[in-house]
Amino acid sequence: MNTVFNTESFRDDFTFRNSPVAVRRFPFPFHEDKYMYAVNMEPHVPAGPEGHAYRAPIDVDEHYVSEMKDREMVLREDPLRAQALPHMMAAQWDTLELLMEKQAEGFPELFSLTKNGDQWHWINRPLGIDQKFIFGDTSTLPYEPMDYIMRQTQGDICIVDQRDSQLWMDAGVVTTQADWSLDFDLGMNFMEWHGPVPLAHQIGVFERALKFLLNLQQGKPVRRLNWTMTINSRLDTSPENYPKWGPDRASVAPENVGNKVHLRCELQSLWRLPRSNAILFVIRCYLIKMEELVAIPKWARRFHRVLRDLPPELIDYKGLTRYRPTVVEWLSKYDDGKATSPGIFPD
Amino acid sequence: MLVQGIKSRPVYTGFAIDENAQRHLFALEGEGARALLDQVKKVGKEFLAVSEILHVGEAHGKELAALGADILWSAPTTPVLLNRLRQNLINARMGTRLYLSGTEGFIGQAMKVALEQGIDFGSIVTEHRGSEARRVQCVHCKGITDNVTTQPFTCSHCGLTLLVRDHYSRRLAAFQGVCIDAEEPGSAPPPEVRFP
Repeated sequence: MNTVFNTESFRDDFTFRNSPVAVRRFPFPFHEDKYMYAVNMEPHVPAGPEGHAYRAPIDVDEHYVSEMKDREMVLREDPLRAQALPHMMAAQWDTLELLMEKQAEGFPELFSLTKNGDQWHWINRPLGIDQKFIFGDTSTLPYEPMDYIMRQTQGDICIVDQRDSQLWMDAGVVTTQADWSLDFDLGMNFMEWHGPVPLAHQIGVFERALKFLLNLQQGKPVRRLNWTMTINSRLDTSPENYPKWGPDRASVAPENVGNKVHLRCELQSLWRLPRSNAILFVIRCYLIKMEELVAIPKWARRFHRVLRDLPPELIDYKGLTRYRPTVVEWLSKYDDGKATSPGIFPD
Repeated sequence: MLVQGIKSRPVYTGFAIDENAQRHLFALEGEGARALLDQVKKVGKEFLAVSEILHVGEAHGKELAALGADILWSAPTTPVLLNRLRQNLINARMGTRLYLSGTEGFIGQAMKVALEQGIDFGSIVTEHRGSEARRVQCVHCKGITDNVTTQPFTCSHCGLTLLVRDHYSRRLAAFQGVCIDAEEPGSAPPPEVRFP
């Protein structure tokens, strides 16, 4: 991977950029020229070309250091973004272990974890952290375990408890979300927290997804991609801050689409946790500017077609109503009508 | 943004006296008293000998008193009733069935007390009576406004104009309110009474 970390912002002056390497490794969420909800889960095993976001179990990229700074800013402003119900402490430790192990496994030059019984030693080189602690003893870490490791992991997480043949959102750290509130949804079950999603309930997507996830096995994580669009490279598009970012949606014009409009992809991975039997739900957000996306001709053609033909309910739910026509028009210049190859990877 | 038809919206299935319960505990607000009175008409008075009724509201006090339940207690306000309910639940024994009736805001707050005592929400019997006014959390400032009757409404804490969604949190006992004119400040429509 590219071990040079960008210095960039996800607010105010929005200096976020993807390098050409980051563009090619972007997890493009459309495997065909149209989009509808589906139970699109697959085994989370390495896939794609060298360096792709699918190569590591927990991906780390050039935005890591700046994203961690942005998360710290969000948590300083609003501590309700990191919450865990009291019965979730075993799952918090499970989460810490999994995220340390998997980041060290994928990027041994950046992270290392050494275990000697319950005496653990964690080194995070990009952030300059060298932490010795006792696994299971919260007094040996500066934060609770979930909070501690999420200040060092890209993406949001929810830790989902399993009981009564249901999944319950009983903990999480959520600072890079596509307009949903952890504080509001905390304690809800799978059907309830997906309540605001249109169409998918009616076609049985959530029933099937729940059944699938209740049987998720340890050591066999799964993944899926989800997407929306974001104006300016803002990670924190929370409902809490909607009055701050809502007006951005009215600022899209033909001359600024390339730089201002982003496709936002969530690489979601789901992991059964060993001690608590909870499920760790990692929601890793990737942003790509329209001018970066069109560097991959296949993606330019396909995204133009997906966005042009999107069902009206999804246009509304994803908040695209104001600017979609402008973006479709802009993208049409990059769609010569040629056929696209199957799958998500660049040609 | 989906406003109606959201799965988290509570469903109130109506009172039905649980014949297998050892003890019946009722928390009733205002018109909620009628939910119990109607059950007495339907199934008789036998269960009242092992019933405790907590009641708040000016109407129906005499009718409840005339039932001759084991315990009838009237609270001056909802918060006072909720304190008493908490203690009742701490003391409650296996076989106690909890029944809640009144406005959605009242049922939600009483259920929150019950959830905090470890009672499964699915075991609580509920019936919505009285006003359709809602208890709403502002997702922006987190302030809760009781008795919201209009769509949109003004947050009583931060002053933003909020759209009331059907998305509901049992943990907070509140519907979700989201700024209605965030994308174009000042474009909010005038409030209309939607939850009379």
